[in-house]
Amino acid sequence: MNATAPARRFALAEIAPAATGLGCAVLFFCIMEALIRTGAISQFVVPPPSQVLGAFGRLFSEEHIVRRFFLTIGECLTTGVMIAVFGVAGGVLLHRYKLLQQAVETWVAALAAAPVVLAYPLFMVIFGRNAWTIIMMGFVAALPPVILKTIEGLSGTRKVLVNVGRSFNLSASQQFWKIMLPASLPAIFTGIRLGLIFALINVVGVEFLINYGGLGQLINDLAERYDLPGTYAAICFVILVSVVFFMTLEKIERWLRPFK
Amino acid sequence: MDTPILVADKLAVRFETAQGPVVAVDDVSFSVRPGEFLSIIGPSGCGKSTVFNVIGGLLARHDGTVKVAGELIDGPHRSIGMVFQEESTFPWRNVVDNVAFPLELTGMAKAKRIERAHHFIRMVGLDGFEKRYPGELSGGMRQRVSLARTLASEPKILLMDEPFAALDEQTRLLLGDKVLQIQQQLQQTTLLITHNITEAVQMSDRILVMTYRPGRVKRIVEIDLPRPRTSDIVGSEAFGRYVARIWSDLREEASLGMKDEEDHMLHEAAS
Repeated sequence: MNATAPARRFALAEIAPAATGLGCAVLFFCIMEALIRTGAISQFVVPPPSQVLGAFGRLFSEEHIVRRFFLTIGECLTTGVMIAVFGVAGGVLLHRYKLLQQAVETWVAALAAAPVVLAYPLFMVIFGRNAWTIIMMGFVAALPPVILKTIEGLSGTRKVLVNVGRSFNLSASQQFWKIMLPASLPAIFTGIRLGLIFALINVVGVEFLINYGGLGQLINDLAERYDLPGTYAAICFVILVSVVFFMTLEKIERWLRPFK
Repeated sequence: MDTPILVADKLAVRFETAQGPVVAVDDVSFSVRPGEFLSIIGPSGCGKSTVFNVIGGLLARHDGTVKVAGELIDGPHRSIGMVFQEESTFPWRNVVDNVAFPLELTGMAKAKRIERAHHFIRMVGLDGFEKRYPGELSGGMRQRVSLARTLASEPKILLMDEPFAALDEQTRLLLGDKVLQIQQQLQQTTLLITHNITEAVQMSDRILVMTYRPGRVKRIVEIDLPRPRTSDIVGSEAFGRYVARIWSDLREEASLGMKDEEDHMLHEAAS
């Protein structure tokens, strides 16, 4: 008993935050259900959570949500690969050529804050109404954080680590690959994670706007059919996807970067 | 008498600052014999770390010369292994990969370099921690990893800049024991930069005392204490006499440094 009691307390402490979070969500939906059913909130604006829950089945059987999910995730991952390759390369280039960095870093930072999604008509003219418009919109929106974080990581490499490299007579290329790049990895990972957040937002947003592709288009379709429970269920599904997506990213980062 | 393995001749370093040029080090000459343990001690701001950077080849702009085994050096040299004051392990590599780093640069086969790395890890007393990352180790353990990594490159001269400065006194004494043991085992020529008198006397064959700015050689003191030594020696009468003698040399310089710092702060507050 003595040995199991602390273990049980520890296990409870482990699940307590998740259980509390789930409890809060259930409470929120119960309150919403009550407010909607009593007429305090109009059913024509927000459907009762029970109806939203019931609509999930239709999303799978009639709206092919799994196929749409893979389409959206495929677009996000393509964008992710592109921002990792071009963002890190861009950051390295700007860090290497200080004049270039001083010239364009502010522009890149400004681009990160700009509502790039508004440029979608231009992208449609360039790429057509297809997946490339969605991917390129995600790419442009998600690129700045990767570039900026790569520059931050490289500039923030501790001088003593560079000096260790110099003391071992490393060439400039060895200094970069063996010290500066690994030392910058935490910042680069943060940049890629931020980039993927921007990418997912923009991919779903542009799918919605141009009514093409995966989950974004589904929300648009359901909203235009005025299928409110279905629309809300699809929105909840996108939220769930983004939560699982970023939890997976965290796991991958921990696996790739086991050090603190 | 052995031919010196390291000769520093008339080293001088001048820095340009906002307040004008500052002569950090001036006319510093000394030599180190093979297998010898020489410490350079001086008050804060006397240019000890500048001498460390010049000898290690990290500071190119200086007057005077540094020769290793008769060869003039003007940059980082494979014969000199450096241990830095700041924590300098690579956080993305575990202990064994940190220690194997210099061996990896030589192109040594993986199995061989891992075996060599284990040898040096055992030497610094970190066996059992091979797979740990630096973030999972204490400050003293991380400095031992740095030391093992430098030893793995098998330098002719081990150059250390206050490697235990950030550690508590007890850890510092115990690590001093470890360094002494390794130095005696490998007959490793060692140059230690420190401001800690106890540490210098505990480990050194000779101690070079520097003046406060500009850093010059004030005196070189021979430490005639029996070897092999451990930290037990700090309780001996002879040890106390050496500490007192070096403190009497350093006291005036440290006071100058303190006064200079106060004047500087007053000047800054006035402007």
